[in-house]
Amino acid sequence: MEKRELTCIGCPLGCSITVTLENGEIKDVSGYTCKRGHDYARKEVTNPTRIVTSTVRLTGSTTGAAVVSCKTAQDIPKGKIFEIVAALRQVTAHAPVKIGDVLLADAAGTGVDIVATKNVQ
Amino acid sequence: MRYDIVIIGGGPAGLSAAIAAYDAGCRSILILERDVQLGGILNQCIHNGFGLHTFGEELTGPEYAARYITQALDRKIEYKLNTMVLSISEDKHITAVNREEGLIEIDARAIILTMGCRERSRGALNIPGYRPAGIYSAGTAQRLVNMEGFMPGRRVVILGSGDIGLIMARRMTLEGAKVLVVAELLPYSGGLKRNIVQCLNDFDIPLKLSHTVVNIEGKERVSGITIAEVGPDRKPIPGTEIHYDCDTLLLSCGLIPENELSRGMGVDISPVTNGPVVDESLQTSIPGVFAAGNVLHVHDLVDYVSEEAAAAGRAAVRYLSQGETAERHEIPVTFEGGIRYTVPASIDPKLVADDLVLRFRVGGVMKKRVVKLLLDGDAVLTRKRPVMAPGEMEELKLTKDMLDAHPSLTRIHITVEEA
Ligand code: SF4
Repeated sequence: MEKRELTCIGCPLGCSITVTLENGEIKDVSGYTCKRGHDYARKEVTNPTRIVTSTVRLTGSTTGAAVVSCKTAQDIPKGKIFEIVAALRQVTAHAPVKIGDVLLADAAGTGVDIVATKNVQ
Repeated sequence: MRYDIVIIGGGPAGLSAAIAAYDAGCRSILILERDVQLGGILNQCIHNGFGLHTFGEELTGPEYAARYITQALDRKIEYKLNTMVLSISEDKHITAVNREEGLIEIDARAIILTMGCRERSRGALNIPGYRPAGIYSAGTAQRLVNMEGFMPGRRVVILGSGDIGLIMARRMTLEGAKVLVVAELLPYSGGLKRNIVQCLNDFDIPLKLSHTVVNIEGKERVSGITIAEVGPDRKPIPGTEIHYDCDTLLLSCGLIPENELSRGMGVDISPVTNGPVVDESLQTSIPGVFAAGNVLHVHDLVDYVSEEAAAAGRAAVRYLSQGETAERHEIPVTFEGGIRYTVPASIDPKLVADDLVLRFRVGGVMKKRVVKLLLDGDAVLTRKRPVMAPGEMEELKLTKDMLDAHPSLTRIHITVEEA
């Protein structure tokens, strides 16, 4: 039996969660306060994922903005974080940009789009 | 110019106060914002984690701001950008300036102070060595990277483990920098646990508690930083020095409410929070002047800033319709057991309109505690707290029903006891 101690990142409470594993199989999850934490803990020991936030270069902004902020539309495997930011370095967005606009489709082969998180004129 | 309510600052607090005041019936509202856009500091906080409490989903800072900006625009609430407030007088006369209009004079019947906070710079002051280029506050670095697309350095040491420092450790790592270490003077981090996990642990960035910077090398530009462990007296312990070759030092030593304008107009400021002393209506020592958000006390979560500011917006409207003449019987909120302050600092039960949220912080990390809210010695609320820490704001909800059950109330007291 293996016990893994995690800190939930689901919300600012940061609950301490213990996952008990046997031969790589989850036997027990304890310490979470809500379902979000339960889901997070199961994922974290099997396939940890994160939302990635960053910026991409912007041209044509009438307000002079040089970059626009963006994020992965869903969480992506933790191991793909650096590939995603590397892919974003090749992207240039053109103003105007609206929240939710896709700036890069299927980033780094994750099947997840990168979307804008700011309205820029 | 005359307005019923003038709001100083168009960040999350100012926007929320304006929307709530509008929804409470006020149609003469003006927001004054010094930046080029509404939304305040949220515009540079591009990470996610905002709004879970308010919207039930995790938003980035600009997305959270956009929801409030949209609501303010839908209501056609007036605002002026690029507008710097120079001074406010005790009788609510505001002097401001911007490029298009020059000097602007505004008379307000009520004012809501929502100027937010700024970063403490004290961390930098006691560090020996030269003052080379390459030393930034974490918030300045955040603005450079996230809004100007400029990377301030490649090899980075961070002093202070406040949330902005942790967030910037991840951000600069993603942008290709090597963050060597985060050093924290205190034996615990002031940042949220989730940020230690996803900003440091995810990238194997070490956090050294009870450590501080003892030397900065480099004349033109930072070339190296030495940190050392500190003892219980917070003095460096000889022989524990660790040296890092680096070109950048970020300082993340906490936030402090921005109250130059409030002080200038004569509002009483709490030496503990560095924000105005307020009553149940979030009204300062000057009648008709309210405060909310980080200008009042530094919050951990923007959701609570919005909530608090909305209460201030409603209170300002109540003041306009009745309060200018109301008699006040304020009961101070007293406390013991490690609590440093409460907001509000006093309550007039007769003037409590909705349920009232009491917010406070403790001075040190404490385990297995019970928090009690006592009205005339009666424990109306008891809450178990497995861990309490200075980095986490506590909340208690004082309901109208609790107050109504104590009609001749004279004492409001909060205790933190061992469980
Ligand atoms: S378990 Fe639920 S309450 Fe606890 S940190 Fe995770 S999301 Fe928050």
